[in-house]
Amino acid sequence: MVYFLILISAVFVNNVVLAQFLGICPFLGVSKRVSTAVGMSAAVMFVMALATLVTYLLQQYVLVPLHIEFMQTISFILVIAALVQMVEIVIKKISPPLYQALGIFLPLITTNCVVLGVAIQVVSNEFGFVNNVDALGNVSHMMNLGQSVVFAVCSALGYGIALILFSGMREQLEMNNVPKSFQGVPIALITAGIMAMAFMGFSGLV
Amino acid sequence: MSSNRSKWSLVLDGIIKNNPTFVLVLGMCPTLGTTSSALNGLGMGVATLFVLVLSNICISAVARFIPDKVRIPSYIVIIATFVTLVEFLMKAYVPALYETLGLFIPLIVVNCIVLGRAEAFANKNSVADSALDGLGIGLGFTIALTVLGLCRELLGNGSLFGWKFIPGDGMLAFVLAPGAFLVLGYLMVLFRKLTRKTA
Repeated sequence: MVYFLILISAVFVNNVVLAQFLGICPFLGVSKRVSTAVGMSAAVMFVMALATLVTYLLQQYVLVPLHIEFMQTISFILVIAALVQMVEIVIKKISPPLYQALGIFLPLITTNCVVLGVAIQVVSNEFGFVNNVDALGNVSHMMNLGQSVVFAVCSALGYGIALILFSGMREQLEMNNVPKSFQGVPIALITAGIMAMAFMGFSGLV
Repeated sequence: MSSNRSKWSLVLDGIIKNNPTFVLVLGMCPTLGTTSSALNGLGMGVATLFVLVLSNICISAVARFIPDKVRIPSYIVIIATFVTLVEFLMKAYVPALYETLGLFIPLIVVNCIVLGRAEAFANKNSVADSALDGLGIGLGFTIALTVLGLCRELLGNGSLFGWKFIPGDGMLAFVLAPGAFLVLGYLMVLFRKLTRKTA
């Protein structure tokens, strides 16, 4: 049940792009074609699941026991940067076709705030619908490891859905006659605003 | 870049010609995410300005010693250090603002403006010029965020900097997510119109 709530919450209600404003730069940058949007979404999902797994473990077993939680920002971004590099090398080695498809997007992901944002959220936010009972019987609203990774994958799914829908709309927009001052980013932002309004309909669902 | 005039133009460029929000379209996440009121926008702008100036100074000073291959990770570490510093300062002196901005403070690390200026300007210019460039871009960003916050607060809440002068509820959508996209879109159009006429 809790996984279902995580799915609905992360994909629709708290959509990372349209409700939380994370990852707007690639959202505007790589949304001109549907095919690139699909590639980018896949790469983000892959990196985000891995990054959340690693940073969750880092937080629980390194930062908290040593009482250096203030190092969170620095250590997380370093882990993510290293991870992206590693993923790039591994994919290049084991699956050249996948590298061809995802390759150009991977370096961009380091500076995509979705990855860092979600990694920080799962270790610091409480989620009302999560009720984990620990060995002493205390109820905690923090996510455990499995839930965190599922949350990351679902957030990436929400990101992908928003990105792909948006790129579809932008392909249509290209054929329309847009006033000069509105061309490019402004009309894209206004389109995104209308999309966000549609997604507001989901609020209060979880 | 030695005369006083060009020093000023460095700052002015950042505000108008290279305005990070309206012209370069960088750092969109905090621009949209933190401008639900003018004060929040201003706070986020100042925090970014602080990081931008310090990281520009630091990177321009050490860029000569950093091998080309590891420069991006090194810059990120330098930026992350200053972001952590800002987190501490804000937690200590403006805890309420720190709570409201929340996630977006650590996310200054991945703000493309900061890394972008390090890469495009600071690593090949002098310390003083880099500081001025950081100041200009930072001010441009702060002004853009404050204006965006002002518009959203006025439309959505009928108030300016928390001073409520229009009674009633206002259009809530402008405080929420869709308003951010819409207001920024229309402001960008306005900015283009105005700068095209004067230029």
